[in-house]
Amino acid sequence: MKTQRAAPAWLQAAPLTLVFALFFVAPLILVIAVSFLDYNDYEIVPAFTLRNYSETFEGCVAQLPDLCTILKTYVSTAKFCLIVWALTLVIGFTIAYFLAFHVRSFTVQMALALLCTIPFWTSNVIRMISWIPLLGRNGLVNQALLGLRLVNQPVEWLLYSPFSIVLAYVHLFTFFMVVPIFNSMMRIDKTLVEAAYDAGASAWQTLWNVVIPLSKPGIVIGSIFVITIVMGDFITVGVMGGQQVASAGKVIQTRLDALQFPPGAANAVILLGVTLVIITVLNRIVDIRKEL
Amino acid sequence: MRENRSFAFYALAIFFGAYVLFLYGPMIAIFVLSFQGPQGGLVFPLNGLSLHWFAKLWQGGGIVDIGGAFRRSLALGFVVMAATVIFSVLAGLAFRKRFFGQNLIFYIVVASLIVPSIVTSLGIALEFRLADDLVKTYAPDWLADGYTTAMGLYTSGLGAHLTWTLPFGLLIMFAIFNRFDRRLEEAARDLGATPWQTFRFVILPIILPSLIGVGLFGFTLSWDEIARSSQAIGEVNTLPLELKALTTTITTPEIYALGTTTTGVSFLVIAAALGVIAIQRTRQV
Repeated sequence: MKTQRAAPAWLQAAPLTLVFALFFVAPLILVIAVSFLDYNDYEIVPAFTLRNYSETFEGCVAQLPDLCTILKTYVSTAKFCLIVWALTLVIGFTIAYFLAFHVRSFTVQMALALLCTIPFWTSNVIRMISWIPLLGRNGLVNQALLGLRLVNQPVEWLLYSPFSIVLAYVHLFTFFMVVPIFNSMMRIDKTLVEAAYDAGASAWQTLWNVVIPLSKPGIVIGSIFVITIVMGDFITVGVMGGQQVASAGKVIQTRLDALQFPPGAANAVILLGVTLVIITVLNRIVDIRKEL
Repeated sequence: MRENRSFAFYALAIFFGAYVLFLYGPMIAIFVLSFQGPQGGLVFPLNGLSLHWFAKLWQGGGIVDIGGAFRRSLALGFVVMAATVIFSVLAGLAFRKRFFGQNLIFYIVVASLIVPSIVTSLGIALEFRLADDLVKTYAPDWLADGYTTAMGLYTSGLGAHLTWTLPFGLLIMFAIFNRFDRRLEEAARDLGATPWQTFRFVILPIILPSLIGVGLFGFTLSWDEIARSSQAIGEVNTLPLELKALTTTITTPEIYALGTTTTGVSFLVIAAALGVIAIQRTRQV
């Protein structure tokens, strides 16, 4: 009897491959290509130029030691990245550690994890504007501060400021840190932790020498997620910064809103390059492929 | 672990509680404030209790075509959901075997998660502009006449969303198939099942609950997507894009009512999905 053959693997993978070829690989190539094209007020001019890059970095060497606009923007974005990364890492790690090592029943673990997931079913924009009643000029925080006579006039820097941007990032993205770290921690053999205790290690020593090294893959994956989101973000920075704070992603958006595609593309290539460098460095620390 | 609840446990439990409060607090605030009376403002205290702002939202007018954006987002979300499930399952099956370019495709899929969304979005926009130019210049008259753009909700928009949902879908499929007992398939084959029968009557029923999860993921990711859609959605906007545009001009609690409504839809979809899973379970028992 002749057995029927299953569909070949490449055919099964074809729809997915086609989507990524059409909507990811080809677009990226186009971005790189267009970044080297000239433009005028109405359209892209098909002539090779380095103008988009040279204009982006204009004055960057001449103005030293002062930073030019693009470098200032990247420094500011990198600052946000670093602060948000540190905060989400500490908070995310603590939450994951609590869930993985201190909650004993699997059902309770899952229930608590679900509790943290529910807010993700609300639009990010809604979650951002939900800070207005709390942090606004007449919001709850200011009402409380005034009521307690801690301040004489409403605090202005609570909303539409770098503070509110960081707050929103932490609010929106900490869970991206929790999930992979929790996943790594659940794979840790609990007898290793017990062995450490039995060998006389203190709780801190166990945490530092056993739990953290074994959670490293989760930490790196979470970090990559948070860092890439913050690097490329223009939405949270826009909404929470009252459209007044610059970011690497927002530079691109501003160019595109003005229909200046080539300089927008050049900025996109720069952002892509910076992001890839960060990922490569993080990837040196842990091989992501082995962790999936 | 040690027997008694330690100090560390209580400290961590309080920390966790504070985190949950931090997650929910602001959202609860806008849900409450969306029931503001007609005279009420954007902040506490509540000035009466009413459905005024929901009614206003329903009538439209105040805010640009929210109803239309709502329906578009819902429809696109369901298409993205279906495509994500089907393409992910097929690719998941493919990745259990070996095929040429396997590793490359895997890296590209992961890269799609890492590349900043605005870069992908810009690329798709450029691609469609190029395609439009080509059609206008070289296509036969019957096509070129009256042609404006190929960019739209179900072309560039759908593609942009899929580059975001498919990586998650594929990674979930990896997790599912890693735990799949291959002996079940072998048994089916030994009993004379065709590949299709094996898939339809053995594999599919086992992975179905997880597939509902993939679909749910696909829908919610699409329902909230902004960054990738921003340049690639074409003439009409999806709901989150409209919402984002509205944030610059927040003057009434109407936007809170809108927030409460969109969240309600997310919860309905999730409840429906969980319901389907529950029905599935009872059937299997």
